[in-house]
Amino acid sequence: MIIAQRKPLEDIEAMLTGYKKLLVLGCGTCVTICWAGGEKEVAILASQLRLASKKDGNEPLTLEATVERQCEKELVEALKGSVQQVDAVLSTACGAGVQTVAELFPDTPVYPALNTMFVGMPDREGVWLENCRTCGDCFLDRTGGICPIVRCAKGLLNGPCGGTNNGKCEVDPEKDCAWTLIYRRLDQQGRLDLMRKYYPPRNFQAVIRPGKIEALPA
Amino acid sequence: MARPFKETLSSEKFIVTAEVGPPKGTALEKTLHDIDLLKDKVDALNVTDNQSSVMRFPSLGTCLLVKERGGEPILQMTCRDRNRMALQSDLLFAYTRGIRNVLCLTGDFITIGDHKEAKAVFDLDSLQLLHTVRTLESGTDLGGNKLDGAVEFCAGATVTPEANPIEPQLIKFEKKVQAGAEFFQTQAIYDLHNFKRFMKHVRGLDKNIKVLAGIVLLASAGMARYMNQYTPGVFVPQALIDEMATAEKGKGVKKGIEIAGRLIWQLREEAICDGVHIMAIGREEVVPDILAASGL
Repeated sequence: MIIAQRKPLEDIEAMLTGYKKLLVLGCGTCVTICWAGGEKEVAILASQLRLASKKDGNEPLTLEATVERQCEKELVEALKGSVQQVDAVLSTACGAGVQTVAELFPDTPVYPALNTMFVGMPDREGVWLENCRTCGDCFLDRTGGICPIVRCAKGLLNGPCGGTNNGKCEVDPEKDCAWTLIYRRLDQQGRLDLMRKYYPPRNFQAVIRPGKIEALPA
Repeated sequence: MARPFKETLSSEKFIVTAEVGPPKGTALEKTLHDIDLLKDKVDALNVTDNQSSVMRFPSLGTCLLVKERGGEPILQMTCRDRNRMALQSDLLFAYTRGIRNVLCLTGDFITIGDHKEAKAVFDLDSLQLLHTVRTLESGTDLGGNKLDGAVEFCAGATVTPEANPIEPQLIKFEKKVQAGAEFFQTQAIYDLHNFKRFMKHVRGLDKNIKVLAGIVLLASAGMARYMNQYTPGVFVPQALIDEMATAEKGKGVKKGIEIAGRLIWQLREEAICDGVHIMAIGREEVVPDILAASGL
């Protein structure tokens, strides 16, 4: 899923200077699971903004809503009535959600409350790890299901650099060296021959950015 | 005229290389002084490439200076700052200016240096860069296009004998050998017992692999402890740390020279490897003293 993180409150307040009527719009999918922009986070952010406005002596209108998936036009369209009541929308979705709202309501400014961070998975309570760089040319069959493109700081395809430090990464001693993990996994599976192969430079045309896929339903 | 490094490698000589680090800025006096001091005392001079991810005067430009002053340069090339197109065009240029040696490195990560917010490139890795050199030599580029005039290099690579764990490092080392690496310059080594074990493995693979042991000058016991804790793949044995600690205040470098000289002497005397690569890291002026201490 997509992992996002809320921007600092002061950054959000600075973006919204001058707006009196606001819709704080959440998303019920990825950002709900990563505690960044679901119904609960929308309620917290909206009350923080109300409090800040009151402190400044204003009585602004701050509406709240959360759609199941903010990246789907059909689901966002239903909010037309709320959007028409406000001067701006503050979206707590990923960048795809923000852009869906912006495209559907071109007359209304849309602001991102989150920074979209990566594609990842929960590790333990409150911790999410990046596991996929969305490179468009999946390499996991050769590395025991551990992605070196995203989990090696340098994205190396042919084995570790000289910066492996007791199985940790020199860039961040909190993180495992991806190539140590890959070595151990392939060794465990008796597939070290995969690590002995030479892999040529990556094909950055695998996804022609911006990506677009046209597919027929199965 | 300096002897081509390729010829030195095929001789029986105990090989000595050292390195010079380009300046931060355009004041070249110290670099030129280091080049003049060392060019006739070593078989080749490596020039570091934005070492430790710190932006500096270029390796390629400094290699031209080494060449102009009659030295034999080894162009260090990392994959951190340039994509495959820039690396290839730099190799073409280097060849036309008589630079014949290239050391293919992945490069330190960008965040350890002084431009932490920059984009780290790593379009290629060290192994792919080695293959790139061999591809250009065959008369085509990485896009499969024919070159109008090819290149010819003596290409080397690096290895970390004290890497932990060592097995993945050795697999990559073998891949570099297969890719045609003509020489290896290692990360700093201090423990000869461990290094002998590494060399036994290397000799078991292929007797002709040329390995130059990395010698980094110790300046203090504190530096040795710091490297043990923070420099991946470097291990200074306690006995050497204790020995450094016996140095009187202000005499640490002198003790470091003594230790480096002794290590080199032993590596040569016992024919453990094919040569040494001396990294004095800012104290290039003492390299002749290290050589004298080693009996070379």
